[in-house]
Amino acid sequence: MNNTNAIFTTHDLAVGYRNGKQQVTLLNNLNLSLESGKLVALLGQNGAGKSTLLRALTCDERPLAGTIEVNGKNLLEMSQKDRSRLIGLVSTERVQAGALTVTELVGLGRQPHTGFLGRLDDEDRAIVRQSMEDAGIIGKANEYMSSLSDGERQKAMIARALAQQTPIIILDEPTAFLDVASRIETMRLLQTLAHDRGKAVLLSSHDISQSLMLADELWLITTDRQVLTGTTRELVAAGAMNRLFENRDIHFNDQILDYSF
Amino acid sequence: MTYRRYAVTLVALTLLLVLLAVACLVFGSVDIPASGIVDILSGKGSGNKAWDIIILQSRIPMIATAALAGAALSISGLLLQTTFNNPLAGPSILGVSSGAGLGVAIVILAMGGTLGGLFGESVGSYMAILLGALMGAGVVLAILIAFSAIVRSNTMLLIIGILVSYLTSSVVQLLNSVATEEGVHNYVAWGFGNFSGVSVDQMPVYAGIIIVALVGAALMVKPLNALLLGARYARNLGINVSMTRNILLLITGVLTAVVTAFCGPIGFIGLVVPHIARMSLGTSNHSRLVPATILAGADIALLCTLASVSSPHGIIPINAITPVIGVPIILYIILNRRRIQYFN
Repeated sequence: MNNTNAIFTTHDLAVGYRNGKQQVTLLNNLNLSLESGKLVALLGQNGAGKSTLLRALTCDERPLAGTIEVNGKNLLEMSQKDRSRLIGLVSTERVQAGALTVTELVGLGRQPHTGFLGRLDDEDRAIVRQSMEDAGIIGKANEYMSSLSDGERQKAMIARALAQQTPIIILDEPTAFLDVASRIETMRLLQTLAHDRGKAVLLSSHDISQSLMLADELWLITTDRQVLTGTTRELVAAGAMNRLFENRDIHFNDQILDYSF
Repeated sequence: MTYRRYAVTLVALTLLLVLLAVACLVFGSVDIPASGIVDILSGKGSGNKAWDIIILQSRIPMIATAALAGAALSISGLLLQTTFNNPLAGPSILGVSSGAGLGVAIVILAMGGTLGGLFGESVGSYMAILLGALMGAGVVLAILIAFSAIVRSNTMLLIIGILVSYLTSSVVQLLNSVATEEGVHNYVAWGFGNFSGVSVDQMPVYAGIIIVALVGAALMVKPLNALLLGARYARNLGINVSMTRNILLLITGVLTAVVTAFCGPIGFIGLVVPHIARMSLGTSNHSRLVPATILAGADIALLCTLASVSSPHGIIPINAITPVIGVPIILYIILNRRRIQYFN
């Protein structure tokens, strides 16, 4: 599974949670990899362990076993600062950023690169501008975050991750609260960032048909807690899509690339 | 937010500070003509010994005490609000002030049971009281940290703070039941809040600690801004969240403890001033919020001081004034939640 072009790899990773002294393993023996220039979608039922896996990959939670490497270096042994230059995060957490302008918020993405007081120099400001442009939110640069729609807010958060200039961007359900139009826009934006800017992008999503159409690769968490990886074509051909909701009364339809009764 | 609005606000707050300081110098229970005050300040002396003493050893230390206390409590409030991601957090509502008060009460009792001559006598005695206040504030902050890891709800944390306040006040009452009558009287008087308790001799310690802690807060603007996005984003921006939180709470504890030890448990200033700063600047950006909060805090405390000496019937306790200013502002904020950017 680990290929040579990979920028990000996991080795026998096990994730789950600790309940007192007890360890509950959700996913085991994960050997996953991300490549620059590719958009990967992580799919699975609620409770399958998508968020737990992403929290481990972003080092918000220590994995139960195994290692994570970025460019061959052990991510778990790096300082917070070094990690912040490798992985950018977009999550659905509510932020207290309503009274920041979009520019100020995106400027926070420069923190890993700025000095002790976090002051931005001309170069930082140019990067902030470029990031807002790339994320398609430059038109709202001087607006307060509180005045933005949900879709615009998400674009601003993506611009913030871009300003961080990390080779990898991980997004935890970036389209969760968005309407259909914003969902498609956001997915297209992420695809562009992967293909045109060479980022390795990993996102978790509930939006299966979108992910199948736009992602270069899928990570499927099956009902029996396996993680299957491959392109849409490969996985559909192997019948993997039906293992996603085995306990439910729905079936994957190869023709429409979506589930039906 | 424009730089112009920031500059105008800072200049206005500074002018207000000067104005209020002058007013506090001029108004008081004893009428001293302005010409006399000018003479005293210029070092010539007014020719009236009593006036010289009132200005140099009472009013000027009181102005400095009040301004520093206001700045200290307001920065405490700001740091607590950002750290706990809770706009209604503040040193008094979260029980930090009452924790410091309990520390003070315990030290006083251990040192002989009376609060009389609290800060007058030896350097050792007020240092012990300061230490007691620090320990008390520290214990409450530790309790808050522990609970904040378990209860995720903002409101619940506030309620825990209020419960802690009740507990500390019941312990204080138990202590008072064994203390001397004079001790109880002094403790009650201390509880009213008072900016005239710092003598000229104690000023260097009081001012020194507060200024160092305020500079410490100003150096934390980068992680404070990262914390606006929550712990997960802050970590992703390279911030060591638990260490940052401990430093911020240490600064908060020191500021609250020093002010509480010398001036009593002062309510509302720490809660309200960060909101005044955010609303007048229109930003949550701490690199601008910290200076504005320091100035606005000093302004509000001087306003309270001025009000406290304005009555012809004697000094009005500071804690009788702060709610009159604080409660309407809090109500305004609660009622206008939807229109205030930083809530949305």
